[in-house]
Amino acid sequence: MVDVAERLEELWAEKPGLADFIGTVDHKRIGKRYLYTAIFFFVVGGLEASLIRLQLSHANLHFLNPELYDQIFTMHALTMIFLFVIPALSGFGNFVVPLQVGARDMAFPRLNAFGYWIFLMAGIFMSSAFIVGRAPDAGWFSYVPLSNAHFTPGVNTDFYTLGVIFISISSTAGAINFIVTIAKMRAPGMSINRIPLFCWGELAMAISSVFAFPALTLAALMLELERRLGFHFFDIGKGGDPILWQHLFWIFGHPVVYIIILPALGITASVIPTFARRAMIGYAWVVLGEMAVALLGFGVWVHHMFSVGLPAISLSMISITSFVITIPSGIVVLAWIATIFSGRIIRKTPMLFILGFILIFVIGGLSGVMFAAIPFDQATTDSYFVVAHFHYVMAGGAMFPIFAGIYYWGPKMTGRVLNEFWGKVSFWIMFVGFNVGFFPMHITGLMGEPRRVYTYQPGLGWDVWNMIETIGVFIFSVGALITLINWWWSAKHGELAGNDPFGGETLEWGTTSPPPHYNFEHIPTIRSRHPVWDQPELRGGDQPIEAGGRALDDAHVTLSTSLLDARPQALIHMPHESGYPFALSMSLLVFFFGLLSGFLVVVGVGGLFAAASVVGWLWPRGQTQET
Amino acid sequence: MIDARGPAEHGIVSLWWLMLVLACAVFLLVCVMIAGGLIRSRHLSPDEPLPEASWGGPFIAIVGVAITGPILVFVFVLSLRVLRADAASTPKSALSVHVTGHDWWWQARYPNGAQTANEIHIPTGQRVRIVLDTVDVIHSFWVPQLGPKTDLIPGKRNSMWIEAASPGRYRGQCAEFCGFQHAHMIFYVIADRPGAFRTWERNEARPLMQPTSAIAKRGEQIFLSTTCAQCHAIRGTPADATVGPDLTHLAGRRTIAAGTLQNDPGDLSDWIRDPQAEKQGALMPSAPLSQTDIDAVVAFLEGLH
Repeated sequence: MVDVAERLEELWAEKPGLADFIGTVDHKRIGKRYLYTAIFFFVVGGLEASLIRLQLSHANLHFLNPELYDQIFTMHALTMIFLFVIPALSGFGNFVVPLQVGARDMAFPRLNAFGYWIFLMAGIFMSSAFIVGRAPDAGWFSYVPLSNAHFTPGVNTDFYTLGVIFISISSTAGAINFIVTIAKMRAPGMSINRIPLFCWGELAMAISSVFAFPALTLAALMLELERRLGFHFFDIGKGGDPILWQHLFWIFGHPVVYIIILPALGITASVIPTFARRAMIGYAWVVLGEMAVALLGFGVWVHHMFSVGLPAISLSMISITSFVITIPSGIVVLAWIATIFSGRIIRKTPMLFILGFILIFVIGGLSGVMFAAIPFDQATTDSYFVVAHFHYVMAGGAMFPIFAGIYYWGPKMTGRVLNEFWGKVSFWIMFVGFNVGFFPMHITGLMGEPRRVYTYQPGLGWDVWNMIETIGVFIFSVGALITLINWWWSAKHGELAGNDPFGGETLEWGTTSPPPHYNFEHIPTIRSRHPVWDQPELRGGDQPIEAGGRALDDAHVTLSTSLLDARPQALIHMPHESGYPFALSMSLLVFFFGLLSGFLVVVGVGGLFAAASVVGWLWPRGQTQET
Repeated sequence: MIDARGPAEHGIVSLWWLMLVLACAVFLLVCVMIAGGLIRSRHLSPDEPLPEASWGGPFIAIVGVAITGPILVFVFVLSLRVLRADAASTPKSALSVHVTGHDWWWQARYPNGAQTANEIHIPTGQRVRIVLDTVDVIHSFWVPQLGPKTDLIPGKRNSMWIEAASPGRYRGQCAEFCGFQHAHMIFYVIADRPGAFRTWERNEARPLMQPTSAIAKRGEQIFLSTTCAQCHAIRGTPADATVGPDLTHLAGRRTIAAGTLQNDPGDLSDWIRDPQAEKQGALMPSAPLSQTDIDAVVAFLEGLH
């Protein structure tokens, strides 16, 4: 009898060479690609941030002219949100979710590959705006009429509208994949009350994404139609309304904060039990809290528009929801700190990043709830107070968990533990730098410094704080750089990780580091919310058949289970490597460049190749559509 | 904002201090719990199983819902009280100043026909209604010491009120990103005692002070016969364009170019010669004038009290 592992390897392995490099559908490889590409864009966004901070370090500097400054601050937001934080968190999701639920891959592996390629192409598309010197310059919120063809005639804003439509394809594809994977691909026995908290975070994010991104796509499409074809959705002179843009944008723009933060909360809830040596207190509270945040997130968008002059009754309704959303967010935080308080804390780097994150996130949350109070919001909106707030929530709030994730799951990805000393050094530099860099923005905001100014006048008391902010941001960058170097170095020279370097509770620690192509030799049967803690056989890295494991080694399949109880329902034939996702993404890149340049021939060629790729992708083959 | 100088802002600042205190209390709780966990961990032996934490669920419910809920309701109600006071209508007799946003400056018009730019005079001790609209993109009217901000939206007419308790010069700035010179869309609200304000308002409504010196007279001729008059108005002369600021009483202003430069002969001359060097993207083109001509125009403009 041939060994199970050998047969699985034969079924699941990828061939070396370009074809499988481009065609890979392995969620682990795709997840790492998401992460590495996102880190590249993190460096780009960080350089943009450095330029912004240099320009603002003194009053009346002429380091950047307003034209360049506007492009850089707009691209800083677009890069960090769409090309770093969201894809980095998707990267962890891609790598970790199938492992945590005990599947052999994501539910739709080719869609998964497609999501990555689209992210890469959209990143190239948006960044190429710098090469032609026409990066978007009307802000990531691109309010009309400033962003219409009259006030912004160049292609700058077209890079924005087409770019966000392009990247939305990736986020939507990824979100659908997460939802189906978590709902239907869980190992037998992993009933809904045993889903790991990280997966809940990804699920809440994915559900939000599916409803939020269409609003952005629609808004961007309407703006592009207005810019290029003379439509009048937002043109007051022709019966349109500029406020419509703000509604559509913020119906996306507020939930996107939760789209960013929910997976970060998921990382937090994964790391805390491991390093507190006890299960999360209030599992159900955390799950319900995250789901409530995802839902309520759609009811608070108008608090970005409190000074627009809307009727007081509308403002009050949104003020209520904005106060209410504090409660589920607070519940999640209370569950963390209760777990930490009653745990036995092991102070390793991932935990340090999470503890730092909690402090930063709580500060950002507390300044955030203040905006629910309408008059306070009207006084501070569009000031640096807001810049401080959302950097605490979205920059610190996402980056510290992402860095925790690098230290926590990095060993699972590379098989080697990151250096602990340099990890701690990196954390402390980043934590100090972050607070030195961003806390004073609260103060300058309260002193009256507006956002999005390319310079300011001397003598207003803003100079010294701005200088401190600049220094802080540079300190922060040094800390972040240390981790990137540490990661790169440790991946080659670090200590071997073994299956479970930190003693985690979830399934990814019940297989090798890095995991084999097929993830688990036997798809385990789950009998606890903390399988690796409670099922001793998993600690060995595999659950033999006698203990309930399923080999499924006679075909390229994984198991699909029922939604609530995770009872086995069907074997799903999984597709093999395919070049079509890449071909479709490339064609779409050509298509979008065609739209941008206005050359209909290019649009036609791109569209034709895209259609051909879809036909090739979906062409019936055999019975299982595997190849 | 913290340095409130008017009743509209006072309520907001009180709300801020209250919320800050509550926020500090919550932050302290989080710090204490984390520190407690870290300190306790030092004394727990690694082999002993951790004690049950059955208090966890009730703790979350009590702190997260039972205590937080009423506090949020309290802050919400308080914020509505401040909002109601700030949103209350001004008395019918109140002065109403019509402020219009332009790329990148502020036009202010008074009921008696007075018109100025970037320096909005108001009387102290009374509510002044500010009616807001825009000719181009969205701007936002914000004087941090005097009140909240209100956006200027195309096709919409918003209004708010401000009140300064004592005489002074209060800096304001556009708060909604409006393009290249968003950073230099500055204005000042100048609060004078009611008597002084009425004098200013009456003077501002009058047509220009006729130039007396020869150089100023020549400046006027140049102003009226070149591109200047195509955009600017000086009441009492044929120049009545509304693209740029009304210059009838320019000499009474301390700054030009929406707070970018000082209103002195040097800055004014630089500004006329090459506005793009001082404020890149400003809609004012360079005047095709010799330096002597510019000096004459400056002499004319600096006499417009």
